[in-house]
Formats: sequence, C-alpha cells, structure tokens
Amino acid sequence: MHPDISVTNLYKTYASGHQALKDINLEIRRGEIFALLGPNGAGKTTLISIICGIVNHTSGTVLADGHNIASDYRAARARIGLVPQELNTDAFETVWDTVSFSRGLFGKAPNPAHIEKVLKSLSLWDKRDSRIMALSGGMKRRVMIAKALSHEPQILFLDEPTAGVDVELRRDMWELVRRLRESGVTIILTTHYIEEAEEMADRIGVISQGQLILVEDKHTLMRKLGKKELRLHLQAPLESVPESLSDLQLELSEDGTELVYTFDTSEERTGIATLLRRLAEQGVDFKDLRTRESSLEEIFVNLVKAKV
Amino acid sequence: MNVYGIRAIYKFEMARMWRTLMQSVLSPVISTSLYFVVFGSAIGSRMGDIDGVSYGAFIIPGLVMLSLLMQSISNASFGIYMPKFSGTIYEVLSAPVSFVEVVIGYVGAAATKSTILGLIILLTARLFVDYSVDHPIWMFLFLVLTAITFSLFGFIIGIWADTFEKLQIVPLMIVTPLVFLGGTFYSISMLPPIWQTITLFNPVVYLISGFRWAFYGISDVNVLLCAGMTFLFMVICLAIIAMIFKTGYRLRS
Repeated sequence: MHPDISVTNLYKTYASGHQALKDINLEIRRGEIFALLGPNGAGKTTLISIICGIVNHTSGTVLADGHNIASDYRAARARIGLVPQELNTDAFETVWDTVSFSRGLFGKAPNPAHIEKVLKSLSLWDKRDSRIMALSGGMKRRVMIAKALSHEPQILFLDEPTAGVDVELRRDMWELVRRLRESGVTIILTTHYIEEAEEMADRIGVISQGQLILVEDKHTLMRKLGKKELRLHLQAPLESVPESLSDLQLELSEDGTELVYTFDTSEERTGIATLLRRLAEQGVDFKDLRTRESSLEEIFVNLVKAKV
Repeated sequence: MNVYGIRAIYKFEMARMWRTLMQSVLSPVISTSLYFVVFGSAIGSRMGDIDGVSYGAFIIPGLVMLSLLMQSISNASFGIYMPKFSGTIYEVLSAPVSFVEVVIGYVGAAATKSTILGLIILLTARLFVDYSVDHPIWMFLFLVLTAITFSLFGFIIGIWADTFEKLQIVPLMIVTPLVFLGGTFYSISMLPPIWQTITLFNPVVYLISGFRWAFYGISDVNVLLCAGMTFLFMVICLAIIAMIFKTGYRLRS
C-alpha cells in the first residue's frame, strides 16, 4: 500500500529569499498519527501549507494518496482536511451554514446527516444556529475542526490544534483524534505541546531550520534517545561526590542530599548493580531511591540544540 | 467540474447580499432615485429633448449603468477581499476547485446581485420618469454582460487590494469620473469635436451608448462596436484573472 503522504526532495524559498524548507523527504502511512515538532519558524506550517495547496513549492514532489498535489490537485485536495493554526472564521455565518459551505467547496453533495454527526461529535450541535462571531475562542476552534471534517477527509492536518485552548477542550480533541484514527483517518499534527505528541503520536518528525532532522517511531525515539535517572536520597548529605566514585556518571544535588546517576536506557548493562555495590563499599547509605525517564520534551530540546 | 464547490461559493455570496440588504440594495436605489428626482423631474422638465428623448428619460440608461458598474465592482471586490482579510481564503485555496470555478462562484454572485439591483433601479425610475424600452432582450443582455465584465474587474481589484482604502480608490477615483464623462448626462455629439475624439478612449462610453440604444434606438457609437468593446474588456479581465491564479499573485506565496 502506498503512503498517504509522500514528500520527495521538497524545497521552498520565499520571494524574500528566505529558504523555509530544504530537501524534505517524508512518508506518512495510512491511519497513523504523525506529530511534527519544531521550534517557531522551523518550517512546520510551510510544509503543511504546501501539502494542502495554500503555498506553492519551489521544487520537489508531494503526493497525497498517490495523487500529485500540483498536476492532480483535485484528487489530492479532496482527500485532505486542514485545521489551520489561526482562528480564521467567518463572522456572520451560522455554524451550520459555514460547515455546509466547506462540504460543498470540497465537491461533496449535501449530507445533513453527516454534518449533524460532526457537529454532535464536537459538542457544537446546540450552537448550530449561532453566528460564529457569538462563539468563544474554544468553540470557534471546534468550528474549524468541523469544517475540516465536513467533507470526510482521509487525511487530516491539525496545525497547532490545541494552542490556547483550555484543558477540557484539549482532552476532547485528543479523544476526537483517537476516534478519527480508529475510523481510519491519517492524522498529521504540529504542536508546541510535546506532551501532546507524547500522548498521541505513533511517529514523530522533528523539523529545525527547514530541515527534517529526524523521523522515528515514538517509542523507539524515546528508547533510543531517552536517558534515565536514578536518584538516591542519602541518609546524610555529602559535600561532593566521593573521589573513589568519580569514574561513575554521578552528580550531587545542590543541597547534597541526593546522588543522581544518569544512564542510557538502550544499553544492555545499565551499571546500576555496580553503582549500588560500590556505594555500599564506600559506606554511602541511602534511605530512598527513584528512577525517572526523560520526557520527549527533553529529547526534543536536546535534538534541536544539537542541530543549532 | 466541481459544481458543488461553485454552488457553495455562490450561495455564500448571495447570503451576504440578503444579510446586507440595506447596504447592497436600498442604498444604491435611494441614491439613484435622488438623481431621477433632481435631474429627471426637477431640472429635466426645464431642459430640451436630446435626439427626441426627454432629458429625464435620456439619463436613465447612464444612471442605471453608474449603479451597475459601482455595485458590480464593489460586490465582487469585497467578496474576494474579505476572505483574504479574515484569513478564510485558506479554505478556497486548499479546496479542489479550479480558478474558473472560483471565478464563476464569486463573479456569478456579484453579477447576479448587480443585475437584480439594475432591474430594481429601472423599476424605481418608472415612478419618476416615463420611459420605454425598444429592445428589451438587448437591454437585458447589455445589463448582464456589463454586470459580469465589471464584476470580473472588481474581482481583480479585490485580489490586488491589500487595504480597505485601495478597495475604494478605483471605484471612486477612476470609475465614477469615467461614468460621468462617458455620456451619462449628455450625448457626446454635444461636445466639441476634439473632446468627442478623446471621449472615445473612455470604455464606459460604449457601455452607456449600447445600453441607451436598447432603450430608445439612439446611440453615440455603433451598437455592435459597443457590444464588441464590452466583450473585449471582459476577455481582458478574464486573462488577467487567469494570470493571477497561475502565478498565485497576492493569493499563494
């Protein structure tokens, strides 16, 4: 089966001369949730905008479900739904009208039952006759999603879907994204909230300065690049790490009450047994211990830093 | 062809007209009626006939054209400028619609609105001035052709404009003078010869002349030339729009 999105040697240089994307190669599989991470200005929105037809690309090829976005744009775009980052909505239209408009625009025959289903799934049914300008920011965000889902897209782009929304709406959206994935929709999301990617994504792509620096299965990424910490709470504070233990990856907390041992989760031998034995030999007693795995956020920050 | 897409844009634009009925219909009808009252009934009664037509009746085609042009430009330019301004244009750009379909939707709605308005103004004129229409089918065709042509022109202005000021500047600074100097209130045969020649470079002369011929069978310029010039202007506008969509000018970066 061919990928839902296939990007090959994609470049984008704006008229100003700014090179926003450099040689992007990416395949997104059917039915997966793919999270695109990157700092501000990294090129996330440019990449999404090119795939969706809003921005022209300079060179390269983009296929959506096997259809070229330039030469076969009708078939390509009909498969894609987009929820942009900005809250760009009409003001005077009703919720029902604006969502029905989107369905028509994408070439689908009217289907009130589907619009009803979408509005209900986004808790917008009660607001169907309200004018958009009368809605709160969170509700407008839901309307944007309803518009994107109105034409039953096979591929859904969510550009910063939960930026500036409250906790309840964010949870609702995560739930919705999961339901969509279960129904077979491929989802590509960009986000600043790394916990969002950690929570939902199957695979993660990291983009920095217009280049895709990594694409990896989330669990593999966390296993490969993740570090684990073992924190030992000491019986008595130390002034410094004992000289005899200086060959180990040990750090002392500021107040001297904790020894922190960092190890690589992908290594076969973590060195914990050796550490504990040598601590006992040196008479360093501890009353408690806990381990902590590095989050995706830390991995991401390290990756982007390394790139810079 | 994405017929549902065209229908969606057309319906959306027409809904905007009904929402803004006061602004889009009532206001031009009232302002044109004032012209009929002042120039048609009040001053017109003291003026002589022009080419055998009473002055009040003579100015009707020109005044209908004035409203038709202004409303076609304003409807179409606003129709495409607003999505650009509010950002909702992303949806049109990302939809499986061709530029022809987008233009049919926006320009079709703008032309429909201004044609309806033109007919309403004609009916209103009847309250103040007595007039006849010798060639009703030609009159209607001229009305529709002009509405489409200037809606296309308005569409270009709407794409070009990046401020509300620019949106207003072309209708006010260019179109209004061209209409007033294009024979709305006089026959160009009344001008000195040199001005008659200069006037022929004003495209609005052909619109008004052709339209007036449909009413009274009199025209400053050959009626076929009038239809041809209007058609030519429409083709030029279409070519410019095709270029805009091909290059993405002010739409796609």
